Amino acid sequence: MIPERDSMARPVHSVTRRVPLSALFTLILSVVCLLHTPAVRAQEPPYFVTYSQVLEEPGNLEVAIKGLTASPKDANAFFSPTLELEYGATAWWTTEIYLQGQATQNDSTIFTGFRWENRFRVLPIEHWINPVLYVEYEDVNGADKSILEVTGHDSISDLQTKNAEGRADIDHTIEGKIILSSNAKGWNFSENYIAEKNMMGGAWEFGYAVGASRPLALVASGRSCLFCRQNFSAGAELYGGLATVHDFGLRDTSHYAGPTLNFNLPHGPTLGFSPQFGLNDNSAGVLWRVKVSYEVQQFRDLFRGKESR
Amino acid sequence: MKKNSISVFILLIASALLMASDGSWLRRVPEGDRKRTNPYAGQAEAAAAGKILFMDNCAKCHGDDARGRHNRPSLRSERIEHATDGELAWILRNGNTWKGMPSWSSLPEPERWQIIAYLRSLPPDSATATTATRQGDERP
Repeated sequence: MIPERDSMARPVHSVTRRVPLSALFTLILSVVCLLHTPAVRAQEPPYFVTYSQVLEEPGNLEVAIKGLTASPKDANAFFSPTLELEYGATAWWTTEIYLQGQATQNDSTIFTGFRWENRFRVLPIEHWINPVLYVEYEDVNGADKSILEVTGHDSISDLQTKNAEGRADIDHTIEGKIILSSNAKGWNFSENYIAEKNMMGGAWEFGYAVGASRPLALVASGRSCLFCRQNFSAGAELYGGLATVHDFGLRDTSHYAGPTLNFNLPHGPTLGFSPQFGLNDNSAGVLWRVKVSYEVQQFRDLFRGKESR
Repeated sequence: MKKNSISVFILLIASALLMASDGSWLRRVPEGDRKRTNPYAGQAEAAAAGKILFMDNCAKCHGDDARGRHNRPSLRSERIEHATDGELAWILRNGNTWKGMPSWSSLPEPERWQIIAYLRSLPPDSATATTATRQGDERP
């Protein structure tokens, strides 16, 4: 059953009483930026959901805030920020923590949970297709609206649940992905196959994500410049659910597609933007995604003695 | 027992991180790659672009002067001096993941060649040492 848009159910001051998560995340990001460590020109493709073969460089720490906002049909508008801390443990292993929350208009602002993911590069050298294994543990409640992936029968009705109801439903989930990715003539092509299982019960759920992208220039300029084409990369991604092990397919699933754009500020953060459009009635109309990421180069060197530098 | 296993695992990871490059990757470069030539060789503009790319992507590990930092190898060593452009292009594309060097395949290939053009524009340490020795000899 789809709840009606509820603008009067909860007084507005209940939203303002809580500390906005976005403010907290911004504060953490600012502190990290104050470390005076130069940022690197990120080499990651501009995807929001799709993973490519690119891992974090060993020793680097990427701090990112991903924001998603939408006004789904028959539901209140919401904003969902996700803080992402990605660390390159080795050249073949990247580990990442996500902290998630959301603020829904006429409802409340809540913390929705965390994820811990690990990505492992399988083959030692580059091939036509490069596989990466992905393993994740999620402790996320039912009010989560980050849509970091779509699996099973995820649909617009999940976005229509009130926060008080959703947060009581806590999922402990393991998720695996096979990431296949290729680089050819400046283009990146990536495909992800997703399998997810709630350890509290329920069937295995499946999903997919595919993306293609390219920097706007393949040759770097000999002078430092802000708006050079080499600092931009553009692409598109498509993702959605593939139901469960019992009813594998596209029936009663949601799907999204949209263009993506990244802007790498030289010696500064990377900005990303993507409007993503729901492709069927089970999907929200438009998801507006933004991302700000900052890479602290050789973060681990900050903890080494000066004499060894 | 469990604690021991964890310690061994951590030690293995740490030693993998700390191991300096020994140049064994050079033996793995296919002959076809070894013979590739840099389309930007000797071009000052490409070297200038390569310098910007190097500072953005490589300097934090290999140092602003490319002489290496924290056990990470110098790129002005004799080994790099004698490596072909094709061999350097191969290591940039594939990395040496077990020794800590990531793959830079997502940098467009022309940009990787520009980095190599920049590295070639740097005087190798052997040349610097020779110059220093000569200057020392000239001293009264």
